[in-house]
Amino acid sequence: MRLLRIVPDDTKFDFMRFRRISFPVSAALSILAIVLYFTHGLNFGIDFEGGTLIEVQAKSGNANMQTMRSTLGTLGLGEVQLQQFGGPANVLIRVAQQPGGEAAQQAAVEKVRGALGTDVDYRRIEVVGPRVSGELLYKGILGLFAAIAAILVYLWFRFEWQFALGAMIANVHDLVLTLGFMSVTQIDFDLTSIAALLTILGYSLNDTVVIYDRIREMLRRYKRLSMPDLLNISINATLSRSIVTHVTVAMSLLALLLFGGPAIHSFTATMMFGVVLVGTYTSVFIASPILIYLGVGTGRTEHVETPEPAEKTPEPAKPSRTSPAKARS
Amino acid sequence: MLYFSRWKALAILGIAALVCLCAVPNFFPAQQVAKWPEWAQRRMVLGLDLQGGSHLLLEVDAKDVKQQKLDQVRDDARRVLRDAKIGYTGLAIRGDSVEVRIREGSDFQTAYNKLRELSVPLGGGLGGQRSLAVSDAGSGLVRLTVTPEAMTERLRQVVEQAVPIIEKRVNALGLVEPTIQREGADRILVQVPGLGDPEALLRVLGKTAKMEFRLVDASNSAEDALAAGRVPPDDDLLYETSKTGQKTPILVQKQVMVSGSDLTDAQATFDQRTGEPVVSFKFNSNGARRFAQVTQENVGRPFAIVLDNDVISAPVIREPIMGGQGQISGNFTVESANELAILLRAGALPAKLTPIEQRVVGPGLGQDSIEKGKLASYAGAALVVIFMFATYGLFGLFANIAVAVNVAMIFGVLSLLNATLTLPGIAGIVLTVGIAVDSNVLIYERIREEVRSGRSAISAIDAGFSRALATILDSNITTFIAAAVLFFIGTGPVKGFAVTLGIGIATSLFTAFTLTRLIVATWVQWQRPKVVPI
Repeated sequence: MRLLRIVPDDTKFDFMRFRRISFPVSAALSILAIVLYFTHGLNFGIDFEGGTLIEVQAKSGNANMQTMRSTLGTLGLGEVQLQQFGGPANVLIRVAQQPGGEAAQQAAVEKVRGALGTDVDYRRIEVVGPRVSGELLYKGILGLFAAIAAILVYLWFRFEWQFALGAMIANVHDLVLTLGFMSVTQIDFDLTSIAALLTILGYSLNDTVVIYDRIREMLRRYKRLSMPDLLNISINATLSRSIVTHVTVAMSLLALLLFGGPAIHSFTATMMFGVVLVGTYTSVFIASPILIYLGVGTGRTEHVETPEPAEKTPEPAKPSRTSPAKARS
Repeated sequence: MLYFSRWKALAILGIAALVCLCAVPNFFPAQQVAKWPEWAQRRMVLGLDLQGGSHLLLEVDAKDVKQQKLDQVRDDARRVLRDAKIGYTGLAIRGDSVEVRIREGSDFQTAYNKLRELSVPLGGGLGGQRSLAVSDAGSGLVRLTVTPEAMTERLRQVVEQAVPIIEKRVNALGLVEPTIQREGADRILVQVPGLGDPEALLRVLGKTAKMEFRLVDASNSAEDALAAGRVPPDDDLLYETSKTGQKTPILVQKQVMVSGSDLTDAQATFDQRTGEPVVSFKFNSNGARRFAQVTQENVGRPFAIVLDNDVISAPVIREPIMGGQGQISGNFTVESANELAILLRAGALPAKLTPIEQRVVGPGLGQDSIEKGKLASYAGAALVVIFMFATYGLFGLFANIAVAVNVAMIFGVLSLLNATLTLPGIAGIVLTVGIAVDSNVLIYERIREEVRSGRSAISAIDAGFSRALATILDSNITTFIAAAVLFFIGTGPVKGFAVTLGIGIATSLFTAFTLTRLIVATWVQWQRPKVVPI
């Protein structure tokens, strides 16, 4: 049987050449994301902003958004958003936080229920008071930083500090870009988004660690290789794995995106962006080359700084091709 | 790397099979599993987002607790000073303190010492914290302040007392398997699966249910008090709400004749003459005696049945009520009579509880979510399985077996832990399928590399495993850290995601290190391959 080879054997892409493009591009995108965050903002869900969320389903036929909107508009509840949710019969109603503390939120639910009557099924009612929403946001942000710190410490133990720092920079870059994505798409930012961000953190690091592991191995094995060449070899060696794994993760996410229903839609969309698009790019084009700037293997770079390898010439990896096994065993 | 002793191989297969078997109870209906021996009954719990239900976070009203505490301090101070026959003026609550002015300077030291005795050590005298800070504010004024430690302690007590009462109320509503647990210092989380009417739960839990029988002040009129804007010092101005929602003011004496804590039973029934829903109640012997005495002395006068400072009804005492039994009729529906009976039976909460977070999922949505989750899982698994087979052939098949075992083991561990499965949790499992193959991909790619670098088949496989496993460990630990953090900060569905993700990483590590290796090793021994078919 002929097996599928997404990536041909022995690729020799010169990834390091792109660092002169990828670094400015990433910097520009990160700045753009931060600007977007401050101008566009995130679409905070009720978890973090407080308020009321009610999902209703028309008992027969399609929901009439127009009449619902006008009915709910007269209740004096401030901003009321309506949104089709999953199908033509389902509507998601979002009522802004009511002034007057915790009890006022409950009163708002009563009012909406009174106004919509019994023509609809109440599939979901969520009320988050002002205090809880503040705490959830605080806990979420705290969790993100705690995770970054914990992973950093772990990497610092397992690798040199430059690797830990490089991984962290790469990851903050991932998170910033994902936040930018959430700002552009105005996806609901709620507790599941924090879950998505943490998972993106975990997986893009997973990818980075796989490449770093290989870089470390190569550093031990080839003492005379220039740093860019060594990084290139490492990335090329793990390229097939990176692609195959990301295809499988993307397949899982695609299934969730297509069939998982609207409740986890924003979660999977964010993950798709973060894990598959940004995570892969970052570990190859940011996390690896940044090691050069952080001074990994500085001793060796001066050694082979002269020949910028031409596009077609084989990498210096060739000669030592057969030696590693012997060198090791 | 490729050699397994017979015992080791058996142990690996045994553990995998055992963990997988733990998932079995989930495939049988709950009633059937209930008949099994206890050790076999562990199963996953469906989260509220999948089976529908209510999640309600209640917070003790700290203001209410503080007010109670200050009232008590004021009453204590009054008692102490009266008992010691010390003259005082202006005993009142000001802000967070109770203040009192001692009339005679010569009495001051005695009074001050007496009042200081009100402050008792907290927590059995350890740590030196006391319940009150008593200070001399100058010119005969003594200030008694409730310490923050005393407030914390009181909040803790309130939560402790409230939990069993909430339990009784929830159980009385006929709800199955509610979870009621303390959250932090001053909160209680109530989770009730599959509830038809979430509003009823709110109504029943949102009430303090402080029931009091008090005499109506017949010598003053409520209208006068309203007009003058002044309520007689021994009275409260309360309201009775009629069926049409009209509110009638009533002047009720402050003194409580009999309180709800003396009730032993309450039932919703129907009035024998009018056929209206009523609540019948029974007092304990103490309550019965007091009730008999008061009704005997006040025949012909109205009394008020007060619940949480609302007058339910204010009937006239026609004859002394001697048996310690009676009924309350107050514009009830069958439902509201039943709810009042529940509240009275369970007793009053020690303080007001405010719902600060409420999440209700209807059963329809839950069912939808389960179906969507299933579909997504099947689709995701199918895509991954086909892709793996196409990419790695026979070894892809091995990987697929490992992934299948993986998923079964996740379900097994979830069952063992009685963990809660939520929709994001299902997403976590689907994602794990994508990730679990990653360890296989790492191994296989490494084997491919080793083959290319000129190794023989068996040596390449061996080297592939030994080198890839270190990487697998490193890369999975980072994700595991993220999952662990999520577990600690997350609530409800998000926590469910953290749980499945974390377990998924653990089981995929197990399969990568043992099962996949065992399968490949067995195949190598059996086939003695010259070339690796990947």
